[in-house]
Amino acid sequence: MIDTEPELLTKNKKVKAATLCFHCGTPCVTNTIQIEDKAFCCDGCKLVYEILNQNGLCDYYTLQSHPGLTQIKPVRSDKYAYLDNEEIAGKLYKFTDGVRSIVTFYIPGVHCSSCMWLLEHLHKLNLGITESRLNFTAKEVTIHFNNGEITLRKVVELLVTIGYEPYISLDDAGEKKIKSFNKQRLYKLGIAGFCFGNIMMMSFPEYFGNGLGIEKQYAELFRVLNLILALPVFFYAASEFFITAWKGLQQKLLNIDTPIALAIIITFSRSVYEIATHTGSGYLDSMSGIVFFMLVGRVVQERSYRSISFHRDYKSYFPIAVSVVTSAGLVCRNIQELKEKDVVQLNNDDIIPADAIIVKGNARIDYSFVTGESELVNIKEGKVIYAGGKHVGEQITIQIIKPVAGSYLTSLWNHYAFSKNKVEENRRESVIHLLSKYFTWALLSLAGITAIYWGINDPSKMLQSVTAMLIVACPCALLLSSTFTNANLLRIFSNNGIFLRDASVIEQISAIDHIVFDKTGTLTHGNDDVVTQGSELSEQEKTWVYSVVRSSKHPYSQMLARHFAGTGIVDTTYWLEIPGKGLHAEIEGHKIKVGSKIFAGGDAYQPTDTAAVYVNIDGKVTMFQVLPALRSNVPQIMASLNKNYKLSLLSGDNNRQQKELEPFFSSKNALHFEQKPIDKLNYIEALQKGNEKVMMIGDGLNDAGALQQSNVGVTLADDVNTFTPSCDAIIDARQLRKFPALMRLARRSGLLISMSFGVSLLYNVVGLSLAMQGLMKPVLAAILMPCSTLSIVLIAWGISSLMAYRMGLSVKSAS
Amino acid sequence: MSTLYILVIASILLAGSFLVAFIWSIKTDQYEDQEGAAMRMLQEDNIVSNQSLHIKD
Repeated sequence: MIDTEPELLTKNKKVKAATLCFHCGTPCVTNTIQIEDKAFCCDGCKLVYEILNQNGLCDYYTLQSHPGLTQIKPVRSDKYAYLDNEEIAGKLYKFTDGVRSIVTFYIPGVHCSSCMWLLEHLHKLNLGITESRLNFTAKEVTIHFNNGEITLRKVVELLVTIGYEPYISLDDAGEKKIKSFNKQRLYKLGIAGFCFGNIMMMSFPEYFGNGLGIEKQYAELFRVLNLILALPVFFYAASEFFITAWKGLQQKLLNIDTPIALAIIITFSRSVYEIATHTGSGYLDSMSGIVFFMLVGRVVQERSYRSISFHRDYKSYFPIAVSVVTSAGLVCRNIQELKEKDVVQLNNDDIIPADAIIVKGNARIDYSFVTGESELVNIKEGKVIYAGGKHVGEQITIQIIKPVAGSYLTSLWNHYAFSKNKVEENRRESVIHLLSKYFTWALLSLAGITAIYWGINDPSKMLQSVTAMLIVACPCALLLSSTFTNANLLRIFSNNGIFLRDASVIEQISAIDHIVFDKTGTLTHGNDDVVTQGSELSEQEKTWVYSVVRSSKHPYSQMLARHFAGTGIVDTTYWLEIPGKGLHAEIEGHKIKVGSKIFAGGDAYQPTDTAAVYVNIDGKVTMFQVLPALRSNVPQIMASLNKNYKLSLLSGDNNRQQKELEPFFSSKNALHFEQKPIDKLNYIEALQKGNEKVMMIGDGLNDAGALQQSNVGVTLADDVNTFTPSCDAIIDARQLRKFPALMRLARRSGLLISMSFGVSLLYNVVGLSLAMQGLMKPVLAAILMPCSTLSIVLIAWGISSLMAYRMGLSVKSAS
Repeated sequence: MSTLYILVIASILLAGSFLVAFIWSIKTDQYEDQEGAAMRMLQEDNIVSNQSLHIKD
């Protein structure tokens, strides 16, 4: 970890000497929180240090400096009370017999070796925990504990106190997903590799005839051994080719696995025949080689990102339980059991589980994730609030009016766009799929012609040449060229911050001609720009404003407090917060008002929308306006994309930033504001009806429909491990500048595949012409097969890496 | 030439033992977390912290 001094500090000389928090590395605002010589930014961080210090776990700080996460935002003490409910807890256990339990949590905060060390030493903090093990790649900690000594709630709260709050959502309560790696294929790969190597070795004497002086009895032995070794390859390792080919045939489709399955079956049966009749040694080496290389290709291509999920819906965003007010008091209830008319209590930062009416209190709701609207909405008692919004502010009581699954937000998932299987559709549209169809027909007709020709001229050669042909023409080279090109592209993409769901997405990206952007969270990011109008504040006045607003909980006050953070604090002689109006204060005889236009007397100013706050110091008024700031590089990225693609904008927010965004798009009609989630979906569908291939780039649940409907749905995430709606690709926001280059690379992928396919075709033509003339010898086949395979792999890998390198992308992995 | 029999058997057994090792490594989830293992091997269970725990109990 690098201790960079934040911008905030370098700007202001007063606090330049501020130390970094010993626990988390955040600069300390005050120097009062200290233990011996160690300073902390907040009491939360100090507490974590104390716990670790008491338990002799301070090695945590020696492995990495400032390894912790800031604890400035305390977790409500009863937040995890619902885990005391056995029914809810029961859904989270991986295993339990009432005495011992095993539970796995996803911990987004895991980032370094100190995290791993601490999370694997939980047994030192509580003796009830017998074992804990972290899967670093998946950021999942598996904890074994004794129920008699510690409850699940206490385990979670222990994790929270040491600063590693687990992420528990409604999704965890569902069926346990098997995220595990495809082990079966690895077993097959190992066995195929073992058999292939040994068969090659024992075929050596055959290749060189009797020149090595091998006696006949040994030649016979080697052939039988080869046959035995080929059995597991044929019956086990190659089984997936037969299965997919058979499934395709049942649906009357010729997929790429059909000719491969055919070639494997024919090679195997001809080899068995030759060995049984003592007429030859067969082509078992080629057969096992094909199976081995094809499996290698598939394993490399099936690159999985364990900590990233592409199939999330609202369930992984919603909480698992809520506090329901019943006649017996407050009860934790599973969110799926919420019924209409249930009364629910919501605390600060809770997510609204279902559409409801506010019974008590005034809500301030952040709908940004659901609608894209970035401004907080104030809603009074008696009004309806919608599921998915996040409540900010004091506790409120709400009454549910619709069950969770029937809410306005969740009903989006009932749209027919969500019923289609994009993976399957991509496969069907794939070029490889089309090619393989023609390839199979061409091959079968060629085989037919050869059979007829030899049938007339020399029937004894018919069987031999036809089978040899089918063996040699196996389209494995074609398939290998595409699998290895795709595998390398997937690798290059992920090194440059784009994680693709699978290889078929590359081909889809290459066909895109229209890119649609979301605004909030995509083109703009969470940090706001504060725009000032009116008289400039002096340094001293800034201190006053900060001192006035810092204790107010109103979002505008907090916005100003963030803006002026670090300017210093002065005592106020008088301070009053008038709800709905603003703050009234006096410092050193100066009258200060912070609040609405009417309250602070800011009539002279014309804000572009309502998100403005006014500061009045002795009658001098300044207006502060918040605008979501554009991500850096956005202008360059848009300019670069504008050359090759049509661009549009779909925003759930109002049109206050229209002027700022217009230059990026070729026409005004490309910008659409105040779009509901379903409008976004319909817009994409309309584009597709006009024969356009659309890529949607979004970030929130409000884009979920559009992401699903689009040909390629891309989610932009500031942290790839946080919640992202279901999509085909995830971009790491920090690497966004590389996006245009990656789009160019994807466009070339078709060319790359055809290039390596051309080379493989050359081998096929040579092999085929030999086979058709009945000249194919085992030695030739043995040389041709691995040579063609290896050269194709090298070409596919080399050219795609070279191309990426020339586009300025990093070819090597960053870590 | 009968040494060939022994050599063939030996070579297959040797390669087979690698295969078994490979299958074992998959079975014990060694491919599940490739980053974690690299870090874990460099961390020692600190002796000091072990001692302090015993004193306290």
